[in-house]
Amino acid sequence: MANRTQGFWQSKVAYQVAFVVLVLLAWFSSTEWLAVSPLLLPDPLGVLLRLVQLLRSLEWLEPLGVTAAEVVSAFALSSILGIALSFVLSRSAWVVKTFDPLLNGINAVPAILFFPLFALLFGLGEGSKIALGFTISFFPIVINTTAAFGRVESIHLKAATCMGASKWQMLRHVLFPSAIPMILSGLRMGLTLAFLSVLGGETIASFNGLGHQIAESSQAMDAELMYAWIVFVIAVSFTLNTALTMLERIGGRAA
Amino acid sequence: MSKVFVVNPLDTAIEVKGVSHSFEAAQGPRAQSGAELLALSTTDLEVRRGELLSLIGPSGCGKSTLLNMIGGLLLPSSGEVRVNGVKVTAPMPKTVSFVFQENALFPWNTILDNIVVALTFQNVPAKDRVELAHQALGAVGLTEFAHYYPDQLSGGMRQRAALARALSLKTDIILMDEPFAALDEQTRMVLGEDLSTLLNQTGKTIVLVTHSLGEAVFLSDRIAVISARPGRVLEVIEVNEPHPRDPQFVTSSKFSDLRNRLYALLHDEIRQTLSTQAMANKALKTLGGSPPHG
Repeated sequence: MANRTQGFWQSKVAYQVAFVVLVLLAWFSSTEWLAVSPLLLPDPLGVLLRLVQLLRSLEWLEPLGVTAAEVVSAFALSSILGIALSFVLSRSAWVVKTFDPLLNGINAVPAILFFPLFALLFGLGEGSKIALGFTISFFPIVINTTAAFGRVESIHLKAATCMGASKWQMLRHVLFPSAIPMILSGLRMGLTLAFLSVLGGETIASFNGLGHQIAESSQAMDAELMYAWIVFVIAVSFTLNTALTMLERIGGRAA
Repeated sequence: MSKVFVVNPLDTAIEVKGVSHSFEAAQGPRAQSGAELLALSTTDLEVRRGELLSLIGPSGCGKSTLLNMIGGLLLPSSGEVRVNGVKVTAPMPKTVSFVFQENALFPWNTILDNIVVALTFQNVPAKDRVELAHQALGAVGLTEFAHYYPDQLSGGMRQRAALARALSLKTDIILMDEPFAALDEQTRMVLGEDLSTLLNQTGKTIVLVTHSLGEAVFLSDRIAVISARPGRVLEVIEVNEPHPRDPQFVTSSKFSDLRNRLYALLHDEIRQTLSTQAMANKALKTLGGSPPHG
């Protein structure tokens, strides 16, 4: 019997691996034989070497710590305030209908435009990155969480009412478990956005952090180092994403 | 005027006295004040203790509305409903439980936890909940499926679990709003037989809303036939067949006679509903309301 999932060469993973190999090959051949300027695209082996040096030197510890602290602060603020606000908003259908378009409108404003203002208000240190991360991640969290509370099936509310659920029991056993998957996907989006905007802020103007390292090596025309940092950030981002997917899966069932 | 004990409260579980219900058109700029749609015109009905009474009628005739008023989910526009002699003003979780059409189980809980949560709502002591929940699942034959989530079960099993949840609440009265409507016919018949057996053991009073003539005849002690909107009780038919009912009952001439009688009563009402439906929908649209269910 021919089973499509049997054997490595028939599996999806084979194609995924092949794709990555192809990209690396294209990179290698364009630096080796196509004479692309090493300032734009350095030799992948050189980048690998610098990455190994970077990892060994432990110079990544401090910028990673700074960036992580900024992201965590921004995300903690936006998730706590965001969920609290959504919960209050969602108590009334009228309030949701009135404010939802406003929230969506505000969310559509590219908040990065306020970065110069944040830099002015909070300085070039961590304050302005936290403010930017908060502003960008807050609205998606509010919009998702409000929608999550609004989408609780009326049949579940009705059933719980008929069985005598108190207000607190309704919240604990119906509203919250029903809304949790969508709240989690909002939080996930929020955390990803906080990470992206903190990095963005750091590359624009900062004293420290992962984004700062990338911007600094770029200004020093050290393309190999810059790419080494970029690979490092991609690895961090990949780890974060995988961890979030796992958390979301666990959280969805545990509620 | 003192009319105490006109009806012996031990015989009558539910009294519906002069009840009507109108849906007000939704509020909004286009809504005219006082615009209403009469869903159920003045209705009287008594449900005897321990019987299963079906409400049957064309769609939109107000049978679900009546059920919701008995359960305290809706208040009558006029008249009153009394359950065990007490006027209904809100849901009475200690006296009345519901089985809804489908998907009223909480999908984030296993079916065991669904019942445990229901018992939590009823303030049953924490130490007894799991035990009672297992008992309730055992009564409907779902013991091995206690730790399954609703979406891992078939529609028929889900409705069994919903029934177990209602039974676990230990109310005298269970209201069922088309509990088998989403199931295929074979599953329905088997569940119907099981329900008949269970009822015989528990002595509960049941009001069942159904679309199915066969289901009504097979399960009921009495059937209240409701007219097209605005609904009113056309006739109450006695079935006079002891519970638990044998599957053979379906093939008896008594069964088909009753079924035919029901069909004759309903036939004209259903025609009328179909012809007025388009008009009613149009009227509702201009009033800015949405059609009521049942």
